[in-house]
Amino acid sequence: MTDGRGNGGEPLISLRDVHKEYRRDAFIVPVLAGITLDVKRGEFLALMGPSGSGKSTLLNLIGGIDRPTKGEVRVAGEALNALNPSKLAAWRARHVGFIFQLYNLIPVLTAYRNVELPLLLTRLNAPERKKRVELALSLVGLEGRDGHYPRQLSGGEEQRVAIARAVVADPTLLVADEPTGDLDSKNAEEILVLLRRLNEELGKTILMVTHDPHAAQSAHKTLYLDKGVLRP
Amino acid sequence: MARIPLAYNLRNLAARRVSTGLTALGIALVAWVFIFTLALAGGFQAALTSTGTPENAIIIRKGSTSELMSILSREASGAIESQGEIAKAPDGTPLAASELMVVWNLPRKSGTTTNVVVRGVGPKSFTLRPKVKLIRGRMFRPGLDEIMVGKMVAERFQHCDVGDQLKLAGREWTVVGVFDSKGSTYDSEIWGDVELFMPVFDRPVYQSLTLRLAEPSYLAPLKKRLESDPRMDVEVDREDRFYAKQSGQLSTMLRVLGMFVTSIMSLGAIFGALNTMYASVGNRTREIGTLRAIGFSRGAILTSFLIESVLLALLGGALGCLLALPVRSFTTGTMSFATFSELAFRFQVTPGMLLAGLAFSAFMGLLGGFLPARKAATMPIVDSLRQA
Amino acid sequence: MKFLRYVLSHLWHSKRRTFLTVSSIAVALFLFCTLRTVMTSLDASLRASDDTRLVVRHAASLVFPLPLAYKARLAQVPGVTNVSYGNWFGGYYQDPKNQFTQFAVDVPTVFDLYPEILLGPAEKEVFMRERTSCIAGEALAKKYGFKIGDVIPITGTIYPGAWPLTLRGIYRASTPDADENAIFFHWDFLNESMPEGRKNLVGIYWLKVASPSDAPAVSAAVDRIYENSPVPTKTETEKAFQAGFIQMMGNVSTLLSILGSAIIFAILLVTVNTMMMAARERTTEIAVLKTLGFRDGLVLQLVAAEAMLLSLAGGLIGCGLAFLVFRKVNFTAGGMFPNFRVLPETVGLGILLAIAMGLLSGLVPAFSAARLPIASSLRKVA
Repeated sequence: MTDGRGNGGEPLISLRDVHKEYRRDAFIVPVLAGITLDVKRGEFLALMGPSGSGKSTLLNLIGGIDRPTKGEVRVAGEALNALNPSKLAAWRARHVGFIFQLYNLIPVLTAYRNVELPLLLTRLNAPERKKRVELALSLVGLEGRDGHYPRQLSGGEEQRVAIARAVVADPTLLVADEPTGDLDSKNAEEILVLLRRLNEELGKTILMVTHDPHAAQSAHKTLYLDKGVLRP
Repeated sequence: MARIPLAYNLRNLAARRVSTGLTALGIALVAWVFIFTLALAGGFQAALTSTGTPENAIIIRKGSTSELMSILSREASGAIESQGEIAKAPDGTPLAASELMVVWNLPRKSGTTTNVVVRGVGPKSFTLRPKVKLIRGRMFRPGLDEIMVGKMVAERFQHCDVGDQLKLAGREWTVVGVFDSKGSTYDSEIWGDVELFMPVFDRPVYQSLTLRLAEPSYLAPLKKRLESDPRMDVEVDREDRFYAKQSGQLSTMLRVLGMFVTSIMSLGAIFGALNTMYASVGNRTREIGTLRAIGFSRGAILTSFLIESVLLALLGGALGCLLALPVRSFTTGTMSFATFSELAFRFQVTPGMLLAGLAFSAFMGLLGGFLPARKAATMPIVDSLRQA
Repeated sequence: MKFLRYVLSHLWHSKRRTFLTVSSIAVALFLFCTLRTVMTSLDASLRASDDTRLVVRHAASLVFPLPLAYKARLAQVPGVTNVSYGNWFGGYYQDPKNQFTQFAVDVPTVFDLYPEILLGPAEKEVFMRERTSCIAGEALAKKYGFKIGDVIPITGTIYPGAWPLTLRGIYRASTPDADENAIFFHWDFLNESMPEGRKNLVGIYWLKVASPSDAPAVSAAVDRIYENSPVPTKTETEKAFQAGFIQMMGNVSTLLSILGSAIIFAILLVTVNTMMMAARERTTEIAVLKTLGFRDGLVLQLVAAEAMLLSLAGGLIGCGLAFLVFRKVNFTAGGMFPNFRVLPETVGLGILLAIAMGLLSGLVPAFSAARLPIASSLRKVA
């Protein structure tokens, strides 16, 4: 797996006056009210804030699974607003790895096949895919468990499979939404260690939403989001 | 045992509208096919059983499966008419008619051709068959080139309505009347003067004799005497039973085909119901656990889901019955194997059939609901509460 | 192809649902094949017809017989190469339910007219010699366990009484559509047992012509000869003759089409329901796939593929089963269908139908999966 790419000066993530609102029947619910933000390549950023502050929404916008109502989102050299759904999907496959609070593994697939999923979108053949899957699983310390189904794994193990899935295609950016939210302290710690390693040894830029101050300590910097705006 | 209120089931069915709708529709279709085939077989059966009454007897040559194959000489006919068991017409003469039956190839209105039964009748033939009523035109006059047709013939065949000229046996006949026999096989026949038909169709003898028994109980002694008479070589049958026998093979075949199709189709519908109910149970796992935790017994859960499944099926069944009502207006014609000619009949939908359709649907619902209901009832409470 | 494993994993994972859905589709297609075979079996006689054979019958209807005396004159009609004749016997074997074709035929000439009847020379010789003998088709012999030498008691209905026939040969039909559920015996035997006044009456004559193009001219010529006689004839090709029978069956094909459509539709509903249930349970999963970078179009294809696989499996099983079952079982419905076998084209049609059902049933869930918005569909706890 390689380090970052592109020139070092330009930020990896760049948000300019981003707004997001939802429509609920006749009401308009504003969630993000003008976010301007730069994230440099290789940063490990934590995002904290009270419930309903829009942390997950911000993450979704950066990860390309939602669009802002107003404002510009530039990630890895692309203005996401300009991409149609098809190109956005391709962009996600190439540049983003998602990690969720509830792991979101596909229950009908084994750990191996779950990790392999993103690679099915590439042109790699089966032996090449196998190499990368095994590498990813060993990175998260689950070499022997690849034949197991998610229901046969513990919460911590599931999350590690999810992380393996998130890195297997060598994305530029990792986006984690409360990755330790459902884990006990021991497992949570292991996950945080893993994330730090991915950031320090492999140069992955990580954006992590968390409500746990202890988890935030693993990051370089913590941003606070309150009522849709970043606290200065 | 506390019962889970029916409203719970009804609400759940309404909540998953699409799923409920699709499954019910599937069951409705099966119920429809069920009623359709019953109506088809029933219509056919009705046509044959309504032909003939228990007060009449019909005499044909021994061993003939239908009047077509039979021969009855004038002498035999005369001898039979003198028997004491026969009722008397108001003028004192025996209430009996010697008749002729041939089949003739005629074009349907649709263009295809088929055989039609042409019956030579005597003066008493109408009196013997009280169900036959004139609905258009008038009776034919004996000795003239006039004929009458049954209502199905008028409906389905070319040149067969009042005023038309029909060519039979190289002669032109004028259709002077149309009769209705309340759905019996006579509706598919053409009637004319037997004495005129005999030379025209080159039949020097009769084929059957129909008579009214003075008392229904006279059938047995009449039968015994005539059948043991070596000069005559005849067999005596009660008129309604005689015609009912003729339906035998085709009726059975229609029934068999119908039941075969319906039972296999119902398998498919039951699978569908199973799928739906299993999914329903799967989705409501936490709910079921909660109900159990509250204190409802296993039995209550089982009953509740079973009821839900049956309700769903009955919904489908009711819809199927509704859709089946228009079937009553269908008519179709098929070939009677006894006479090798067309037998047209109307589909018959009786309340009994509709009830059977509903019962069948409920049965499908029961079968399709039992296993999922059992699964719901035997789920361990703790596991079901934990499920998201 | 590499996504096949993903699609199959879902089907494998919910085994019960897969089994139920595939089964109901298989059932529907089995029924479809059966019903269509009822229709094609009726047409079997058409397929077995030979264009160089003509059938001569009484102009009014089959029910009236023709004189034996016509035979000599018919042989002299220009274009006629062979003449044979026979009477439809229409009896049953032991029980009135056991009905099949019995024909009293002119044994010396019938084989020239019907080369489809394949009989060993030794058996043929005995059959021709022995007046009270008969031959039976292989399928019929197998069904009732007839052996050469058995005396088969046939009860007549048109010709009443008991007619014991000695089986002297078992024939095979050279084409699959010809009737092997039949018995042929001597016309002479039938005729000599008739009372005076019913002797020398023939049911139908068969004429062989040199080529199909001769048929119209010869038919017209024959009918012209007898047109003003007391017993006029109607001569037509064997195919037209058989078609006439089928026409008399009336609305059978319409009825069967109605039934068949109802069945297909009902099962389609079942399949649609199943697919939609599955889709509803997988909204989170679809959203996750999209976060991984799966395009909307790809997701649509995956859902549609699942529906197609289910339907195809059901189709193959249902059609295959129908094909095999009716090959093994000699189902004649009391003699109505002497040749009930599922044609390859029926199987092909059934499988196409299955594929179409798969496409249709997958349509709605596939499209809703494609349009699923990602962020709002991801499962959230807080």
